[in-house]
Amino acid sequence: MNKFSDTNMASNKKYWKSVEELKEDSSIVETLKQNEFVTEIPTDDFLGDKEALESSSTTRRDFLKYVGFTTAAASLAACEGPVKKSIPYVVLPDEIVPGVANYYATSIADGFDFANILVKTREGRPIKVERNDLSKHNEVNARVQASVLSLYDKNRLQGPMVDGKAASWQELDAAVAGKMNEMGGQDVVLLTQTFASPSTTKLISEFQAKYPNVRHVIYDTVSSSEAVAAFQNKFGSRGLADYDFSKAEVIVSVGADFLGDWQGGGYTSGYSKGRVPQDGKMSRHIQFEANMTLSGANADKRIPATPLEQKKILAALAGGYASDLPEHLAEAVRKAKAELQKAGSKGVLITGIADVNAQASVLDFNQGIGSLAMDSSRPRFTSMGNSAEVTAVMNGVIDGRIKGLITAGVDPVYSFPDPRFAEAYKNLDMSLAFSMKADATASSAKIVAAVPHYLESWGDLQFKKGSYSLMQPTIRPLFDTRQFQDCLLQWTGNQKTYYDYIRENWEGGILGSSDWNQALHDGVMESDAELASDEATLTETTLESTTANGAMALSAQDSGLELILYTKTSMGDGQQANNPWLQEMPDPITRASWDNYITMSAADASALEIENYNVANGALNGSYVNVTVGDTTIENVPVIIQPGQARGTLGLALGYGQKDAIQQEMQTGVNAYRLYKNFSPVQKVSVEKTGGIHEFACVQLQNTMMGRDIIRETTLDTYNSEDASVWNAMPMVSKDHKEIPVTSPDADLWEPFKRDVGHHFNLSIDLNACTGCGACVIACNAENNVPVVGKEEIRKSRGMHWLRIDRYYSSEESFAGDLEKKENISGLGSSLSEFAELEQASENPQVAFQPVMCQHCNHAPCETVCPVAATSHGRQGQNHMAYNRCVGTRYCANNCPYKVRRFNWFLYAENDEFDYHMNNDLGRMVLNPDVVVRSRGVMEKCSMCIQMTQKTILDAKRDGRAIEDGEFKTACSAACNAGAIVFGDVNDPESVVYQKKNDKRMYHLLEAVGTKPNVVYQTQVRNTTEA
Amino acid sequence: MIKVKFRNLPSQLSLLLLALLLTFSITTYAQDEASAATEQPAATGVGDAAAGKTLFNANCAACHRLYKPATGPALFGVGDKYDREWLYSWIRNSQAMVKAGDPQAVAIFEENNQAVMTAFPALTDTDIDNILAYTYTEKPEVVDPCIANPELCEGETSTSGVSSEIILLVLALVFLMLVVMLYLVTKTLKRIAEANGVVYEKKEKRTPIWQAFIKNQFLVLVVSVFLLLSAGYFAYGWMMQVGMDQGYAPVQPIHYSHKIHAGDNEIDCNYCHSSARKSKHSGIPSLNVCMNCHKNISEYTGEEDIANGYTRDFYTAEIKKLYEAVGWDEASQSYTGETKPVKWVRIHNLPDFAYFNHSQHVTVAGIECQKCHGPVEEMEIMYQFSPLTMGWCINCHRETNVDLKGNDYYKKIHEELSKKYGVDQLTIAQMGGLECGKCHY
Repeated sequence: MNKFSDTNMASNKKYWKSVEELKEDSSIVETLKQNEFVTEIPTDDFLGDKEALESSSTTRRDFLKYVGFTTAAASLAACEGPVKKSIPYVVLPDEIVPGVANYYATSIADGFDFANILVKTREGRPIKVERNDLSKHNEVNARVQASVLSLYDKNRLQGPMVDGKAASWQELDAAVAGKMNEMGGQDVVLLTQTFASPSTTKLISEFQAKYPNVRHVIYDTVSSSEAVAAFQNKFGSRGLADYDFSKAEVIVSVGADFLGDWQGGGYTSGYSKGRVPQDGKMSRHIQFEANMTLSGANADKRIPATPLEQKKILAALAGGYASDLPEHLAEAVRKAKAELQKAGSKGVLITGIADVNAQASVLDFNQGIGSLAMDSSRPRFTSMGNSAEVTAVMNGVIDGRIKGLITAGVDPVYSFPDPRFAEAYKNLDMSLAFSMKADATASSAKIVAAVPHYLESWGDLQFKKGSYSLMQPTIRPLFDTRQFQDCLLQWTGNQKTYYDYIRENWEGGILGSSDWNQALHDGVMESDAELASDEATLTETTLESTTANGAMALSAQDSGLELILYTKTSMGDGQQANNPWLQEMPDPITRASWDNYITMSAADASALEIENYNVANGALNGSYVNVTVGDTTIENVPVIIQPGQARGTLGLALGYGQKDAIQQEMQTGVNAYRLYKNFSPVQKVSVEKTGGIHEFACVQLQNTMMGRDIIRETTLDTYNSEDASVWNAMPMVSKDHKEIPVTSPDADLWEPFKRDVGHHFNLSIDLNACTGCGACVIACNAENNVPVVGKEEIRKSRGMHWLRIDRYYSSEESFAGDLEKKENISGLGSSLSEFAELEQASENPQVAFQPVMCQHCNHAPCETVCPVAATSHGRQGQNHMAYNRCVGTRYCANNCPYKVRRFNWFLYAENDEFDYHMNNDLGRMVLNPDVVVRSRGVMEKCSMCIQMTQKTILDAKRDGRAIEDGEFKTACSAACNAGAIVFGDVNDPESVVYQKKNDKRMYHLLEAVGTKPNVVYQTQVRNTTEA
Repeated sequence: MIKVKFRNLPSQLSLLLLALLLTFSITTYAQDEASAATEQPAATGVGDAAAGKTLFNANCAACHRLYKPATGPALFGVGDKYDREWLYSWIRNSQAMVKAGDPQAVAIFEENNQAVMTAFPALTDTDIDNILAYTYTEKPEVVDPCIANPELCEGETSTSGVSSEIILLVLALVFLMLVVMLYLVTKTLKRIAEANGVVYEKKEKRTPIWQAFIKNQFLVLVVSVFLLLSAGYFAYGWMMQVGMDQGYAPVQPIHYSHKIHAGDNEIDCNYCHSSARKSKHSGIPSLNVCMNCHKNISEYTGEEDIANGYTRDFYTAEIKKLYEAVGWDEASQSYTGETKPVKWVRIHNLPDFAYFNHSQHVTVAGIECQKCHGPVEEMEIMYQFSPLTMGWCINCHRETNVDLKGNDYYKKIHEELSKKYGVDQLTIAQMGGLECGKCHY
């Protein structure tokens, strides 16, 4: 009997708790009468060592006393502010005013990225990279934006080392001199990146004059060797033809990702100029490719084709005949050819096929049609390596013919394909590595010369014939480093510094009548000075055709998969693998961060039983495969199923899988350089599925728009012939049984707010110009101190990026097809099945990019739900977020239709759990002092760079002048190479953004919600006009 | 009645004491310090030393001092060392003489590390005579008021302290005696009354007032509500001052007196805090700014505040601290290169999440520094004058009008607003100066 029924005499009902109670003489019931639990509670287990516990002098009361005391002490201590010290300069440098930023013109030339930039410094610390508008070569991509953080990499070498021990520079000089004398007569190879530097070239030749046994070989980690060779064959000097896509009306690319890193990249701004419809015209872009690339995603027409097919396509386009191509490809080639013919000199054909003949045929073709877009008279000098020579060096070291190797700016132990090289390198008589980090090469080199970051160095550059630029230090060297060039000067007995050497060099020729200080101030200079020693003419050419290697080796009877090695927008060749901004930057196409992976078509994946699926919290998981090229196998490579990947091809990004001088968290991915045999980006591979599940950090879970008009799109024909209300319709709502536009004041819950006095900021994003390159994402990170959260948090959708670039695939052939399909859905059955189908991207989808940040709604849903009024509206149009007021209810994020609010789930600064740049003193030097570092438990979001607009206003007030259009900028608008993001004051009718706001292509994201955003988008127009 | 009087006794006592103390200390302060600079007539030569002093301060004092070398050599009695005519031409254009190869001139030039002396062609012979007359001024004896008049200093420190204690003791005794006497008097009177048969009326026992109070529930309610409210008010007030450092005056590594610099010497705030005009920080001046003046000012010769221990020697010692920090060797008048940056204690601390820009207030708005920082020119020790709370910021933004005129930035806004509202002046709040995002980002 239980207690309850005993006391409840009024009722005769018997209540029982368990079936046990109905049994008579149940031991359990008996036990329960005495005890609370049936079995004894294992207190000893969780209390641990009983004896120690009992012998401890701390009693429970004492413990409580301690707790009480510490709590009281902590709260008392909290009432007292800490004593802060301020230490002024002893002698303040003239150029520094604390709190005011200085800008210096300099250049990056790390062998992979070349650009003229401006560097913003605060109190002598570089904190941001900007475009140098005086330069034509100023495309600052995501990696260049992020390079400022690599300056503050705590894993950098702190000083020179000899035989694995820290040494002084004198000791290193002595060691090198000794070694060089020892090596007299033997072959010593100086293996360097492409410097594109006139002074360095001259200096190296002086070094060679002193040590004639030194042979200089240029090694581009990612090679453009065939294109350079083809150019040399045709025009007599080494270089790369330059292109200006703004002059092209028809662009046909066969496997060239020119919006990515093809031949050094930097073609975005020219391309985007031609893509914005003006006077009813825009360029037409046809892309034949295997991997889905940025270029393919932006193309008007994209045709998936394997590398083998691409060669045939190119042959057909460049004059020959389309032989044995599948019908759909043959048809596409015929049309493309017709369009090229029609465009005449306004057409351009480019290719990324790593083959001298293919590259030559393109040069011939463009020259033949007199293409205005191609510039062969002033070639680029940014990728001068010769892969045949590099191969010879690699093999020479392996078989012992080469006894000495000096490396500068390259990491061959990591990036050479042959694994035997690493072993052979250790056994070299002389191994000297110039490196910023103890990378794979430096950690096994006998002598390591620590070099400064480019922001601590002097240098001169010639990216393109006649376009000279300078590199100047923007901070004093952080560590005990010495530039490669200063070392060479020292070793050739020259007492000058490299600065004096450059200056002498320039004043002796390049400058002409120009002024050195002016050139240094501008960072760039155009000059027709002919240089005596040019990398272009200097390199001895060994014109081995690489036809036998790489792509050409694939013959028709080969079946099986072809692997295309590519470079990711975020990682490039992998030099900045220890940069958390870049690791966390989602790939524009796959939207995955913190990884490299095989990209595979859905058809191949299902054949191999490879699957991608989302787990309960939305995170993406995928299968592993082993990839084998020849005798090299890379195990456990994750696979992402990539819509648009040509069947029979795979993609894999280079630059990952580094272990040396890379923090544990950033040792991501696999080293694809092991498969980069013969420096050919196309390899024949076999793959097999293996066990295990890979966890991706993919930030986008919904890949299609399912017929919604998140991105509005139309064709050039419709745009030209129809009224804007047809292709850019205003959503209507019903009021009193009348249809009224959603923007009408009658449809509004709120009284409109007068915003016609003062500034009213708007941001316009042109979806036609945006290529999705992601430079704005990193610029935003740098400007606004956006924290890095790491792979695990990204998987939980807790990324903190204020600005994301959504990428959408179409489910049908095109987005228009999706819309049609959605319109035709009728009935429940149809809707269930067809909506599900709409969620799947098609095999070769149309792709669209859309940068999304806080839309700064004039009628913001977030503002009305905040219980503490932490988010409020400014009359300048910005939606303010007062972090110190926020209590972290997250109502605002839930009520935001654009999902742009980010919550600080943890403290991301000075927290060992998030050991990225904000967790060490060096990394924190990159923080922008004008923007607060947010703490745990508060919401944050895009502020429309209010610190920048406020600064512009203050500067004008101080000078007592009106603000001109173009002065107002945000980090993203300043970083946009494509000119897609325009920011300004719409109360100024002269401003560009005013015109954009009143353009017929203008629309607001999710207009039907009635939020009245201050961010506007320009409808995407595709040129579907076929010849 | 008596009891009540006694309760007030201590406070009255202390008041009296305070008054006494004050009178004593005023007398000490009133001691006029003997003026140091007494000018003596020129020992030799002609000229008006008083006029010479003016000229010396205007032209020479930047590099020369009378009794010790500065950038240039010490000038005391320089007229004896050189021929008068030679001095005339040297002062008017020394470089010409050096170039001409005058042996004396070259010697001086070499002695002083080839430092070029500024030419003063505008000085007449009389001017130079006057200056030279001034250079004969004897070095004044350092007059320490304590040494000159030891009784005063003694009195200051010891007598006043002793006397106050004695007065306290005497007063206490007097009052004690009064109390005893009064008690005895009443006792005697009562006894006499009883003896005379005077009968006191017995007072009816009334309910004590506290019981009456407890019985009146309404009164209890009102009082407790009042008590609760006032307790809440004070608790809130107390909690609001947590983290507020108004009046914070930390001890600094170098005793820097704003009173002497900004007050006595009327140095403009922006001379040292120059970035206040163009930056968000007003900036703590770097030590090279101090040395602009302190290269020549190596001793303090101004007024003293002996009561607080701020003697001339004290200040001079602080200047030596500066020399040590900046690495200035007085003997050789050169920098040693060994610096020890000064770790000032920061007084005005805004939290990271609040953005404040000095130039906005100093240059654009033209606000006096004193508006927020208080009477800095009177502060011997710098302290935080204003609360620096958000309420304080906002109040000012609510009350202050923006001067829109004469600034082209505001031209359009001004036109539009005057058209719209018919107003000429707007407060900062009306311009959007209360919006969260203007200061918090």
